This record gives sequence, structure tokens and C-alpha cells, in this order.
Amino acid sequence: MSSDDTLLKADERHMLDHSILVRHRLEEQYENLEHQYHAATTAMWVFLATEVMFFGAIFLALAVYHHMYTDAFEKGSEKLEWIIGGTNTIVLLLSSFTIVLAVHYSKLGANKQTAWFLATTAALGLLFLVFKGIEYYLDYKEFLIPGWRFNPQEWVDKEHLSPDQVPHVQLFLVFYWVMTLIHALHVTLGIVAVLIVMTLAFRRHFSPVYYTPVEVLALYWHFVDIVWIFLLPMLYLQGTHTHIGF
Amino acid sequence: MSTEILESQIAEAPAVVQPETYLNFTSGILSWLLTKDHKRIGILYLVSVTVMFFIGGFAISVARLNLMTPEGSLIPADTYNRLFTLHGVIMVFFFLVPVVPAALGNFVLPLMIGAKDLALPRINLLSWYLYIIGACWTLYAMIAGGIDTGWTFYTPYSSQASHYDIVPTMIGVVIAGFSSLFTGLNFVVTVHWMRAPGLTWFRLPIFVWTLYATSIIFLLAVPVLAMALILVVVERVTHIGIFDPALGGDPLLFQHLFWFYSHPAVYIMILPGMGIVSEIIPCFARKKLYGYTFVAYSSMGIAALAFLVWAHHMFVAGISVYAALVFSSLSFLVAVPSAIKVFNWTATLYKGSISFATPMLFALGFVALFTIGGLTGLFLATLGMDIHVHDTYFVIAHFHFIMVGGMVMAYMGGLHYWWPKMTGRMYSQWWSRMSALIIFFGFFLTFLPQFVLGYNGMPRRYHSYPPEFQVWNVLSTAGASILAVGYVLPLGYLLLSLRYGKRAGPNPWRATGLEWQTPSPPPKDNFEETPIVVRDPYQYHLEKAQNEL
Repeated sequence: MSSDDTLLKADERHMLDHSILVRHRLEEQYENLEHQYHAATTAMWVFLATEVMFFGAIFLALAVYHHMYTDAFEKGSEKLEWIIGGTNTIVLLLSSFTIVLAVHYSKLGANKQTAWFLATTAALGLLFLVFKGIEYYLDYKEFLIPGWRFNPQEWVDKEHLSPDQVPHVQLFLVFYWVMTLIHALHVTLGIVAVLIVMTLAFRRHFSPVYYTPVEVLALYWHFVDIVWIFLLPMLYLQGTHTHIGF
Repeated sequence: MSTEILESQIAEAPAVVQPETYLNFTSGILSWLLTKDHKRIGILYLVSVTVMFFIGGFAISVARLNLMTPEGSLIPADTYNRLFTLHGVIMVFFFLVPVVPAALGNFVLPLMIGAKDLALPRINLLSWYLYIIGACWTLYAMIAGGIDTGWTFYTPYSSQASHYDIVPTMIGVVIAGFSSLFTGLNFVVTVHWMRAPGLTWFRLPIFVWTLYATSIIFLLAVPVLAMALILVVVERVTHIGIFDPALGGDPLLFQHLFWFYSHPAVYIMILPGMGIVSEIIPCFARKKLYGYTFVAYSSMGIAALAFLVWAHHMFVAGISVYAALVFSSLSFLVAVPSAIKVFNWTATLYKGSISFATPMLFALGFVALFTIGGLTGLFLATLGMDIHVHDTYFVIAHFHFIMVGGMVMAYMGGLHYWWPKMTGRMYSQWWSRMSALIIFFGFFLTFLPQFVLGYNGMPRRYHSYPPEFQVWNVLSTAGASILAVGYVLPLGYLLLSLRYGKRAGPNPWRATGLEWQTPSPPPKDNFEETPIVVRDPYQYHLEKAQNEL
């Protein structure tokens, strides 16, 4: 910037900032920032539709087998750490709340608040992963890893399943591991994305005319959250959980 | 003396200014590998799918030669199984699915809607890289390790019995699947947001409509296949039965998930072909496309029905008779939008002033072969008939009529139609027409005998067969050799055209689409200024009316 800048009036400087902003944020194939915003959000919505189909396939498989082997699946479900699962639900809901606030502040151009709320979101995501890790460790200790660390006899003796039902418990656990691991992978990628957008916010990247990345990221984050909302009842809350005194 | 004068004249002549095009605005290998230009990515795809096509074709040529004799004495049974699996996996996942959307579509879609580029250029480049990673990985796994399950990966054979490199092959297919998924995502966003002013939905060229319908199928079907294959991988790695009946799993579930993708995938392969033909026929008949809105709606109709018919692949696999009844009836419904298209093409040809240029020959070949393939599809949708010909060469012949007779013909038509636009050069009309005829007749000779074989009970995927089937098998192999010549020819004259071909000019076919209103090859940003659309597509009759005045 030259020293002439100081001669500009305040609103002229604002317009100059604005044109620089547009030049830097606008991809060359779009007409204007609004056009770019619509294309980006459409892309994320369409991508989320594909994610629905991706998780839909495994939810379908789980539903089919749950219908076939209800007893074994419920026995398996009762062994899962529903308290951790429930806590994690609250953690994710909170993170959805904080990312909404980040979107709100980015629309006002308040980059500092945006960045801090994104940081909180990432922290909550991390907390989710930590709890999930603790839960996996407990699963490991309780012989809940199918095919590798699993004790068939115990299910016959303590849970009164017939020996031919025990493989169905393993089947349930396969679903538990595959679904939660794929979900955790989504959370991890989400955290990385949140951290990237957070750095942009710290560099004062966003303004009332340009907040597309925050908005698109929030859509993704909410989706990951919603998947968990479905995972919780389908994996953790089957059966009666009598052993914890309900 | 005279030569001296000439030389001085040459020296003084002004240098010919090469116009800046997408091909020469930057140069060097990195400018291609890091490009975000949809046209260059289209060319990258074109080269890579062509390589895959010839690998897949070579594999089946060897297997087909083996079937000349009843004993199949050319190669061992195991090699035979691995070859037809290689052929199937490569051709379906790495040629037929990506070729028209990713190679031709990438190139012409933004041009056809008057856009500067696709909406998400980086994602576009990413999808090419995913394709290349998937392709290299799969090829390596299939050649170094090999797999023998057939391209359908049916469990429990693929999850338990087969001892080859199934896991890496499946991972390769999943990676390539995400490449198609991102292409579909890009196309949907592009069609929604990048259309030129005045280009309303019902002014879109039919090829754009079909790419849009195809993209929706990609988006909804590919994730399901990905999850199904991931589950097989988990099963093989952990040895816990998700699909293995001995451990409480259900192999039918795999078939449901697999065909929920793979049946719509057939329409991924045929819909863009129909789009290309809908571009070519009006152009070379000099007539407006008959029943434009019906053709557009029927594309969406096929895409919707695609998701309702998957279980017709499972009539003998153990689904209930009522389910079979429902899926049989729904399958018949696909005939309606397909027939709408064929009737509309025929009506467009009626009283047209038809010129038999190469793209038109391919398009007419498509209509003929697709019609036969479609009608034999009705045989297979019929429950009783399907039980008779299930898993025989009848099925092979049927789906090759659709995928090769239909899709590859249409692809060749599209390639010849847009080649002048892509390269700025014309190719040899004589040789290209020869190649169209050779492919057409070679195709008939290859696959008509297979209907007879299948009807008489020769099962698919067998390495040897009873001697009474030999005559038809020899005919089929002879046809395949002719077909091979037809496919190699274009490689020659198209490559030669790059150097020796006549300059094409912006619109060699006098076509009406937006893509023809910009120079060939197009400049980097496609259009000097964004075109404004004021007319419906395919206004060829206006030109005729003008000539009559």
C-alpha cells in the first residue's frame, strides 16, 4: 500500500478493502461472491446426501441383522458403555452449538470470536475422541473385540446365550466397531478442517460478504453430529440394560 | 534467381500468430498434472481410460481365443478365470463408468452451458488423481496377485474361498468410485449454478440432462457400493462373518447392496450414451430433436427407475416369489422411458436430410444395437425366461449389446463428434467410416452367436464346454477379431489427425450447441465473453427455413 492511502476518506478505504477482498476470495469461474457461496453450499449439501447413502447402507445391514438375531444383538448392546456414549452425545451437541456461534460471528465479520468458537468446537471434537478412546480401551479389557479378543464361553455361561447365538454377538460387535470407527474418522477429518478454518479466522479472513468456508464446514460438522445421534440408539440403547438397575 | 526471391519473401512474411488455446497457454508436464482446466482434465481422462480400455480388451481377447476349442487348451482354467475378472473389473469400473462423464463430459459440459469451468476445479483434478491411484492399484493387484471372483465379487466366495488379492482390488475399486462420486458432485453443482444467462433448464442440451441424471445416480449409488465392499474387506481381514452364513451372515445382503449400486451403474453407462446420440442425430439429420421435453424427462425417469429394479439380478438367488414379482414388473417399466427415446430419435430422423458422417454412423449403430439389447432385457425381466437363461451367454450377449453395442458405440460417436472441438483437427472421413462399419459388423458377429449359445444352455465364465457349442463359439471369436481391428483403427487415424488433419474451424458440423460458438480448440476461458442464450437447442429447422426463403 502506498502512502496515498492516508489521503483516502474512510468509506473510500472501505471500498478499496472490499475490492481487494473480492479479488482474493473469488474463484475465477464465478461471477461474484454470492454466486460462489451458493455453489459451495450446494456442493456440501449434495456431498452430505452421498454420506447419507454411505451410512445408510450399513444402517440397513444393521437393521436386517438386528431383526434376524434380536436376542444376541441386544445382549451385545447391553455390554457397551452407554454412559460414555451418552456423554459423547452431549459433547457433540455442544460442539454443534459452538460452531453455529462461529458461523454467526463470521457473518458479522467478527473474526476473533469466530476463531475462538471454532477452537472450542475443535476442543469438543477432541474430547469426543478422547472419551471414545477410553471406551475402546474398556471394550478391549472386557473382551469385546470380535475375532481378536473375544471370549465365546463367557457369553454362554454368563449371558445364557446358546453356542450358535454367540457368532451373532460377534456380528453385532463388528457393526459397532466399523460404524464407530468410520464415524470417528469423520470426526477426525472434521477437526482438521475446523483447525484450518480457525487459522483463516485468526488471519481475519472472513467478512459479512465472505464467510462461505465457515458455513460449509458447519454443515459438515452438523452431519457428523446427526450420524452419532442415530448411532447412539441403534448401537448403545438396544435391550433393557437390566444389569445397571433400570 | 527465382528461389532467392522466394526465400526472401518467406523471410519477410509475417509470422503466423498461433491463437492462444487451452492446449498452448502454458506448457510443460507440470502444467498438465496440476491443471484446474476442465478441458485439460478431460484430455487426461481420455488418455487414461483409453489405456484401460485396451488392457481390458486384451485380457478378454486371450480368454475369447481360448474358447475356440471345447477343451479350452490355450490357457489353464485358473488363468482364464483371472482374465475374465480382469476384463470385467477394468471395463466396468475403469472404462464404462468414467469414460463419457469424466472424459467427454468434463470437456464439453462447461462449454455446452456457456461456463468458464466446472464449479469445483480442484475437486475435478482430485477426482482424476483418485481415478489414477485406483486404476494403478487395482491393475497391480490384478496382474501381480490376480483375482478370480468375476467383477461382481459375490460373497461368500470373495470373502472366504478365493485366495487371491481381493482386498487390494476392492480398495482400488472403492477409490475409483470416489473419483466418479466427485465428478458427479461437480456436475450437479455446475449444472445448477454455472449456466449462461438465458440457458433455462428446458434449453439445456440433452447431453447435459443425461449427465445430470447420471450424476445423481453416482451420488446415490456409489456410497452404497463403497460400504458393501468395505464390509467384505472387514470380513476378510477379521474373519468375522458379515456375509458368511456359517457365522450368521447373509450372502444375499451383499447381493442386495452390490446390485443397489451395480444396476443403476448400468444406467450410468447407458444414459450419457443416449445423451450423445441425442446431440448427433438432430445435427446430422438437420432437424429439431423430436419431443425434447419427453427425452429430457425420460432421462430423469430412467435415473429414478434405476434404483427400483436391482433385485432382478437375484431371481434365482433366493428372494421370495412376491419380491421377484414386484421387481420383474418394475423392470418392465424401464422399457417405457427407453422406448420414448428410441421413438423420438426415429421421429427426428423421419424426413430429415441425413448425412452419413462418422458420428452419425456410430449413432445409428447405437440405436440399432441398443434396441436389440433393450428388447432382450425384457426377456430377462420375465421371471420364467430369466430362470432358463440365468447366468448363461444369453445374459452376456444382452448386457454387451447395451454396454458395448450401446455405450461404446455412443462413446465413439461422441469422440468423433467432439474431436474437432477438442483438437482443432479433422480426421480421415474414409477411415473413420470404415472403422464404424467394422465395429458394427464385428460386434454383431461376436455377440449374436452368444444369444444362441446362451439360449441353448452354455453357462457364462466356463473355461471349457461341450463340443456341440463349438461352431457358435468360433463365430463369436472370429467376430471379436474383427471388433479388435475396428477398435485399433481409430487409434491410428485419430493420432495421425493431430499432425496431418485439416483445420476444423469452430463449427465443422454446422451444429447449434454453444460449444460450437467458440474457436476449436477453445481458449483457456472457453468463451471470449459469456454467451447469452436466446433460443431452444437443436434449432436446425430454422436454418432450413432460411435456406428455403
